[in-house]
Amino acid sequence: MARRPRGDRAFYWLTLLMALSVFVLIVLIGYELAHGSHLALRKFGWRFLVSSDWDPVNEQFGALPFIFGTLVSSAIALLIAVPLSIATAVYLTEIAPFWLRQVLTLFIELLAAVPSVILGLWGIFVMVPWCRVHLFPRLRDTLGFLPLFKGPIYGLSMLAGGIIVAIMILPIITSVSREILRSVPGLQREAAYALGATRWEVTRIAVLSYARKGLFGAVILGLGRALGETMAVTMVIGNRPEIAASLFAPGYTLASVVANEFTEATTDLYLHALFELGLVLLGLTVLVNCLAQLLLKTFAGAAVRPQT
Amino acid sequence: MDTAYHRWRKLKNTCMQVLTCLCALLVVMPLGLIFYHVLKSGIGSVNWAFFTQLPKPVGEEGGGMANAIVGTFELLGLAAVMGIPVGVLGGVFLAEYGSQRLNWWIRFAADGLNGVPSIIWGMVVYALVVVPMKGFSAWAGGIVLGTMMIPLIMRTTEEVLLLVPGGYREAALALGISQWRTVLQIVVRTALKGIITGILLALARVSGETAPLLFTAFGNRFWNRHLTEPISAIPLQVFSYAISPYEDWRRQAWAGALVLLLFVAIVNVSVRLLTRDRFAQRS
Amino acid sequence: MLMAADRTDIGPSPRIAPVASAAATAPVPPGPSGSTPAFSARELSVFFGANHVLKRVSLDIPARAVTAIIGPSGCGKSTFLRALNRMHELVPTARMEGQIRLFGQDIYAREVEPVLVRRRVGMVFQKSNPFPTMSIADNVTVGLRLNGVRNRGLLEARMQQALGMAALWDEVKDRLGAPAISLSGGQQQRLCIARALAVQPEVLLMDEPASALDPLATAKIEDLILELKKDYTIVIVTHNMQQAARISDHTAFFYLGELVEYDATSKIFTNPARKQTEDYVTGRFG
Repeated sequence: MARRPRGDRAFYWLTLLMALSVFVLIVLIGYELAHGSHLALRKFGWRFLVSSDWDPVNEQFGALPFIFGTLVSSAIALLIAVPLSIATAVYLTEIAPFWLRQVLTLFIELLAAVPSVILGLWGIFVMVPWCRVHLFPRLRDTLGFLPLFKGPIYGLSMLAGGIIVAIMILPIITSVSREILRSVPGLQREAAYALGATRWEVTRIAVLSYARKGLFGAVILGLGRALGETMAVTMVIGNRPEIAASLFAPGYTLASVVANEFTEATTDLYLHALFELGLVLLGLTVLVNCLAQLLLKTFAGAAVRPQT
Repeated sequence: MDTAYHRWRKLKNTCMQVLTCLCALLVVMPLGLIFYHVLKSGIGSVNWAFFTQLPKPVGEEGGGMANAIVGTFELLGLAAVMGIPVGVLGGVFLAEYGSQRLNWWIRFAADGLNGVPSIIWGMVVYALVVVPMKGFSAWAGGIVLGTMMIPLIMRTTEEVLLLVPGGYREAALALGISQWRTVLQIVVRTALKGIITGILLALARVSGETAPLLFTAFGNRFWNRHLTEPISAIPLQVFSYAISPYEDWRRQAWAGALVLLLFVAIVNVSVRLLTRDRFAQRS
Repeated sequence: MLMAADRTDIGPSPRIAPVASAAATAPVPPGPSGSTPAFSARELSVFFGANHVLKRVSLDIPARAVTAIIGPSGCGKSTFLRALNRMHELVPTARMEGQIRLFGQDIYAREVEPVLVRRRVGMVFQKSNPFPTMSIADNVTVGLRLNGVRNRGLLEARMQQALGMAALWDEVKDRLGAPAISLSGGQQQRLCIARALAVQPEVLLMDEPASALDPLATAKIEDLILELKKDYTIVIVTHNMQQAARISDHTAFFYLGELVEYDATSKIFTNPARKQTEDYVTGRFG
């Protein structure tokens, strides 16, 4: 076979190098986080993950309150966002008239484009006061027998954090779910219609069951996004490194503590502890995102567009 | 029994239609609320001073975000220089060259990178750039935003290139045009509109990022005179004003939010309107 | 979605004795006479947007017999079939004119709901489409459960009956809980037939049911159809003329959206009245 002309070879290598940059970036991220936290890794070991001490003055650091905060706020966000998103995806693919689909899709994509800090700004000055005055007292009145809804109401709280993250992940779960539902073959729907099913029954039997795996992947993708959410959460969650039973109590997430305290870190160990928190966060998000990608790719091949 | 049960089925059908419609409205509602409040609180403060003046010291009224606005554009420029060539060429590789296996891994890695929280990017660039340079700088801010854009642009470029019919490539190659020229001048040029769309959306996305800039660009209450100095950006300024205790600063935070929101919204809407034909078949 | 206070149920439980109808007085192409036809189409036209796909088709489809619809690609035979159970309405731009009566009742009357029409008229598609997340048993009984049948005993009895009629019972009786997609292509298609039969429809529509199957599986389906016609009315669209000749009693030849000729199968294939029909069945075009 003749040798490739020089121009072609050069171009090939150029593009190959550029494409391989993703691997370089992954290695860099992993290395820098590990290297940047080695002091803390060495000093605390596994205790870091289960200790609740966050005491920069005495140089005692533990990640538990932040892991707790990240997981709880993400869980609240999922509980709120998943039913709404999937229902919306169903509405958009099966029920809405065609002109409305375009309009709603545009609005959802616009919501996805709203920067986190603006959502946080709205959160501090509009949503949190409203929650403090209207929503939370009502929750405490009706559900106050549960330890989740007991205790003083400040406004800035784990629950507020959860709600704001829910708003942030609504668009991605909705749009990915919508792609999944659209990829269900029309033949499946026709089979259900031919049996004399109503539109909702067709959706239930032929579409939602068929798409189960993909929808689950969309949810996990949303979880991955929720775990890493930083600015909006920082502004409304209260930023107190405590583990409390009440959702009205302030909390702190892995991303928030790094954002708040990074530039204040006075000692090397402090900085390394923050890096280690970053490592934990990275581990969590990578795991969750890999799971999501696996589910989505094995469900519908290349039917899902890359997330923008 | 037949008819009664059938009525129940129809009722369920109608209920679900109404319920899903309500959910769709609930999902769109926050967008409306945010736009409304940002407009309401910010419109009064977006004035000439806002665009032309530097922030005033604490206690003094007035001032603006001129340095933040310029800073955002500077950072976007730096990010573009870094992110666009690597991203586009990488996307070209994924679409035109490579093997099934290698490309699968590259895509997997790119999707993985897209899922990395933005604050982690900031920490990594802090260690890589800020520490050696012994200070926060516009370079660091540009690098972090640029590297965040790489996997994003790579995937959108690949997607658009794959839409170009294979026949174009074959026709060009059959005419004796070398492969690299075919790819660049025929395939990429055909897909250019889509590639630019992807780039614009990526730029709009990183223009709103705050977390990674917190410890790379860091922010600056004055003009940035050299790229090795810290630099301000609109999201950074909005954040620090928002959490401050001063009423005047908070007012300006809303103004900054309005400008940023309008910028992002306009880019997104116009880009999607312009490419509507391409995607019309998808609905 | 509107809900009228009183919906006219299209009819009591299926498979009642045919009622003498006062409808068919308009001239129809020659066809078998006798009791109420299963379907009675008059001046049926179907449009998809501006596309006039079916042009003023009139014919009677007799009960308890197999009627084949043949014609080249794009002649409207699938559209005609789908008009018989209002499936064409799934396309948003679809519009129809004319009338279709099912055992004497107008299925396009304003008070009539498509859901109820489709309950009485079953359909089997070109490519088998069992629900992949359900077991074999669940696939067969899904139609019954949709209509509120909860009695386990009744469900199992009907399932066994349907699988038996579809000539599938012996092959799957030991693995009713297995996922439906674990079956072969031909078995999946027979499963779809069983699924359609389980709700005891009055008519079974089949849109090229064997076109995706190998000759062995096709032969099984054809034998099945010959058995089923003792109890069911069957309308089958097929592009395989030998198949039409083998299994049908009457054949309708469509071309470019029009019904060209409709008669007993033997006549269509040995001595057709129209030259177009003759050209098609002898393979001169199509």
